[in-house]
Amino acid sequence: MPFNPHTPEDVEQMLAAIGAKRVEDLFDEIPQDLRIESLAGIPDALNEMQIGRLMAARAAQDGTPLNFIGAGAYEHHIPSAVWAVTTRGEFYSAYTPYQAEASQGTLQLIYEYQTMISSLTGMEVSNASLYDGGSAVAEAALMAIRAHKKSRSLRILVPTTLHPHYRKVAVATAGNQNVRFEELPCPKGAISVADLEKFKGEDITALVIQQPNFFGVLEDVDALTDWAHANNIMVIASVNPTSLGILKPPGVWGADEKGADIACGDCQPLGVPLSSGGPYAGFLTTRMEYVRQMPGRIVGRTVDANGKQGFALTLQAREQHIRRGKATSNICTNQGLLVTAATIYLSLLGPEGLARVANVAHQRANELVAALTRIKGVKLAFERPRFHEAVLQLDRPVAPVLAELARRGIVGGFDLSNDYPELGPALLVCATETRTPADIKAYADALTETLKAAVRAA
Amino acid sequence: MSNIPADLKYTKSHEWVRALSDGNVEVGITDHAQGALGDLVFVEVPEAGKALKAGDAFAVVESVKAASDVYAPLAGSVVEGNAALGGQPELINSEPYGAGWIMRLKPGAAPSGLLSAAEYQAHLAAEG
Repeated sequence: MPFNPHTPEDVEQMLAAIGAKRVEDLFDEIPQDLRIESLAGIPDALNEMQIGRLMAARAAQDGTPLNFIGAGAYEHHIPSAVWAVTTRGEFYSAYTPYQAEASQGTLQLIYEYQTMISSLTGMEVSNASLYDGGSAVAEAALMAIRAHKKSRSLRILVPTTLHPHYRKVAVATAGNQNVRFEELPCPKGAISVADLEKFKGEDITALVIQQPNFFGVLEDVDALTDWAHANNIMVIASVNPTSLGILKPPGVWGADEKGADIACGDCQPLGVPLSSGGPYAGFLTTRMEYVRQMPGRIVGRTVDANGKQGFALTLQAREQHIRRGKATSNICTNQGLLVTAATIYLSLLGPEGLARVANVAHQRANELVAALTRIKGVKLAFERPRFHEAVLQLDRPVAPVLAELARRGIVGGFDLSNDYPELGPALLVCATETRTPADIKAYADALTETLKAAVRAA
Repeated sequence: MSNIPADLKYTKSHEWVRALSDGNVEVGITDHAQGALGDLVFVEVPEAGKALKAGDAFAVVESVKAASDVYAPLAGSVVEGNAALGGQPELINSEPYGAGWIMRLKPGAAPSGLLSAAEYQAHLAAEG
């Protein structure tokens, strides 16, 4: 049944009740010169059959290339059960329900998600999710400013090893609230404590540490966390959840295992397919000490009047329907559907399965780097411990090489030339558990031929 | 009928002020305010050293149904926040004028516009 909220008679009655003649009269206060009567470039409407053919043709253009791009979104094997369960009618909603407590199943699922994410990150409390990894960093920065009572500076240190998109989202989200995101150059591919020393004694609210960082390199998170805490700076961790199958969780970073103060990231690697950049889901966790400064919704477990277990949205006094303009954030929902997928993915894999995925991805990435750096004209940018990505430097511009690889059915990596011109022609490559040794050989062969052909052409 | 001690000063936004013998003042929320908020579950008290102007929000009191700002009745610098409220926010419900104080303040200027107990009583009556 189509969704027709109002019949023409309904509309007429409502207009009559408020003394308006036409619906357009309700928009009178918008000046005429700000209105557009029609949108240029919008084609005529298509019917379902026509749109089906158009979309099928578009989808066919993508082909099924071998993918070696990561750069914040990762191709992982997704067990069929994940989306078979996620798309069941009972779960199929994008949001926290409006009448939340009437949807006990959804709330229980979010509660299980929070429990899994807390356990994975080693943190005490998780919210019900945010939009994505970038907005999670922005919200974490705003949260740190609320939580760090002794810091007045609104200064957040963001190393260039943090995903460039995350940095842009943070500035776009929080920049107009006077938050100062100060970029810290990391020419060696990782943050160095020595470079941080110049900030010693200054009032800085928080340091963002991405692990593994955008270059796939493992940061020295213990030393960085200890340095930040010794200098009264809060630590915001931005972590890849898959990597936490084998890496030290942010909740115990530091020699004394005091841990990061806020840990966030993107749930995409947990059962969410690559899809033109989204939708994904962000996660955000912290210690109980800061729970009232946390953005977003939180589901809690409780008992009802009869002593039976039940689930409820909790700590709502932080939220905008109660706290209005002083709410901790404008996040008043969550990425329900993607959280469902992540929860089912994690429950299917379990800690052991996640560790196996992480280990195989790490191994395959090492094999990929070994195979590609044997090729003349390709070298590894940073000789450092990695997770499942690495930066390669080429002896010529990257874009034409990637274009030729694409013609050979290989998506060869993320061109870093725009975001990191200082690296020269550089390429970020990734291999997960989905790339077989044969895939890696296919890439190495194609790159060898591409580079040779280009030399001949020149 | 809410309790309004005669020896304190008040604000229209339901804070009370007590002059201490050391020249500082103690600030909390009134019996009427705690009754309106209901059971308190969390209080965010200010850090020592924080400079306040009259009317600045200096604390947040959160009950099971709302979270509200508490406003500085006069300018000054915070001497201390009541650390006991961290573990026992309900002290504000049980002893709003005693153990439930929220901060001690070193006044920066002579307060102006504070209400006497009788004036606050009249204000409550007018607010209905």
